[in-house]
Amino acid sequence: MSAPATTTPPPPVRGWRLERVSKPSIAAQILVPIASIVAALVVGGAIMLFAGENPLSVYREMFDGAFGSNYRRSETLVKMIPLLLTGLGVAVAFRMQLWNIGAEGQFYFGAVFATWVALYGFADSGAWIVIPAMMVGGMLGGALWGGIPGVLRGYLGVNETITSLMLNYVAILFASWLVHGPWRNPDGFGFPGTEIFAAATYLPTWGTTRVHLGLVFGLVAAVILSFVLQRTRWGYEISIAGNSERVAKYAGMATGRNMVIVMLVSGGLAGLAGMSELAGIGHSLQRELSPGYGYTAIIVAWLGRLNPFGIILVAFLLAGLLVGGEQIQLSLGLPSAVAPMLQGIILFFLLGGDLLTLYRIVRVSATGAAS
Amino acid sequence: MSDAFTIGFLTSVLAAAMMSGSAILYAALGEVLAERAGVLNLGVEGMMLMGALGGFAMCYWTGSAELGVLGAIVVGGAMAAIHAVLTVSFRANQVVSGLALTIFGGGLSAYLGASLVGKPAPDRFSRIDIPLLGDVPEIGNILFNQNALVYLAYVLVPLLWWFVFRTRPGLNLRAIGENPATADAMGLNIARQRYVYVIVGGGFAGLGGAVISLATNPGWAENVTAGRGWIAVALVIFGTWNPSRVAAGAFLFGAVEAGQFRLQGINVPVSSFFLNMLPYAFTVLVLVFSTMRTRRLRIGQPAALGRAYIREER
Repeated sequence: MSAPATTTPPPPVRGWRLERVSKPSIAAQILVPIASIVAALVVGGAIMLFAGENPLSVYREMFDGAFGSNYRRSETLVKMIPLLLTGLGVAVAFRMQLWNIGAEGQFYFGAVFATWVALYGFADSGAWIVIPAMMVGGMLGGALWGGIPGVLRGYLGVNETITSLMLNYVAILFASWLVHGPWRNPDGFGFPGTEIFAAATYLPTWGTTRVHLGLVFGLVAAVILSFVLQRTRWGYEISIAGNSERVAKYAGMATGRNMVIVMLVSGGLAGLAGMSELAGIGHSLQRELSPGYGYTAIIVAWLGRLNPFGIILVAFLLAGLLVGGEQIQLSLGLPSAVAPMLQGIILFFLLGGDLLTLYRIVRVSATGAAS
Repeated sequence: MSDAFTIGFLTSVLAAAMMSGSAILYAALGEVLAERAGVLNLGVEGMMLMGALGGFAMCYWTGSAELGVLGAIVVGGAMAAIHAVLTVSFRANQVVSGLALTIFGGGLSAYLGASLVGKPAPDRFSRIDIPLLGDVPEIGNILFNQNALVYLAYVLVPLLWWFVFRTRPGLNLRAIGENPATADAMGLNIARQRYVYVIVGGGFAGLGGAVISLATNPGWAENVTAGRGWIAVALVIFGTWNPSRVAAGAFLFGAVEAGQFRLQGINVPVSSFFLNMLPYAFTVLVLVFSTMRTRRLRIGQPAALGRAYIREER
């Protein structure tokens, strides 16, 4: 690759070798993720067998818990909303090879800002004012928290993976301090958490379900992002910078500034996820607002191939995995950690399977010529 | 409050710093080896968690903390082997593979460890007072009244420094991370060496986890590492991929961690939530300063870090 070829290449070995294909086939791009999920379920099942569980009944229970009735399907849609928004945010950053793994903290910071709007900033306003104000607040909070690693990376070259992850802990501790201290509900019987927001802040829901307007935020964000990433000059710039920062700099693109903008957008989307979870489901700030959506978002983004429309589908599937995980916790008494365990395995297989999409196997003859 | 900052207080903080610092230190030393070989492994947190669980489970079943350490090393190495297969053989993106390892390790350890939560440890590493050295005022209490895992760290750090900078295999290791094409032409088997260092690095991370579950707070709880694996990754940058500098950083972090716990103990008028933030906020600050420093001095990361070595595509 970019290593200087000052040495003579070693003689090719006879046998098989991998050759990069110029354009991965559509079939492989669709089949590999599906095969990865299937393979992950098999390996996950083996682990459950090892732990003394019957994997088939666990999976049946999970599937039933996630998709078994209208109510459960609607609950899967509810969980899909934060995964979709945070997944989109992570994907924007990953496209530029900015490894933002701070979506969890950005989610909480967005929720904190939105809480301020709901309880203090616009407490007595009508829905048409307070909800948009909470949206702006949520995005600002998330963008601020994503912008810190963005500025540090863009202008000082500080590794954004570690800083964004460390800021997760800081954000969650800050939110915990608020709900234990200054913002604690005086009538909350000593339980940590703010008071319940006014009804004007509640996002409209769909029928009798808990599916709320946040789903529309997520779908609209996916459409906008898809357009921006594929049809605008800026989208082109960040994918160039993602492939090679050097090339982007050489072409005169402001990579540092673009990094900051990407992290602001990425954090803003996670912040919007925090706001919509708050205004749609939680209605008060709690430490338990997110069971780790910001981490699952990494899987959502990568499994969705960093493509906004792919992410919509994957967010739905992984939401099903989360809801199914909660179901087995309730009905079988198993730890819900089965869900992240399976997520990790799915990602392993997807990463391994990429070899099959990006390369083909060629046979090398004794003379070294590929045949 | 002023009488809290006595020599006795400082001694106890620094002694605790050596203990909690050694957990991060082992993980960071392992990451130094992997990164020196050109493989970035962001799965440290997941490997540490599995090591902590594996170590405690082994100790719980056998009743021996020493066997627990062995179990932790094996489990950590096995976790790292997944990363090695994916990044070396399957040429997968090292960042994403490492993140997957962390998510997997967190989930798997919580799942498999659920029945061990809150179980008492049948054995643990307790303090061993070294004769004579342990009697030196203050210094003795800080450095030589520690558990065996801390003493092992004292030995390992200079040993690893010597290995990396003064031996032939160490030179090969650095060559593989700096310029794998040349190392390949020299006749080194890049893939095999990378496998070895990634897996050994995982063993170190597992050992770091065992320090937590068998010495500092014996037992198992979900997510017991609380980000220490990530702090270890940051320390590798802080320590410029040099085992002895990494050690200095690890004990500095140990001091921050131990200090904030002790401050909570003496009721300083600062919320414990803010004190708990200290190690994480400190990591960000340290990373900023060490990045600026390495840039100024032009000490880079291993040149091939993060890239798969593909002979045909050099």
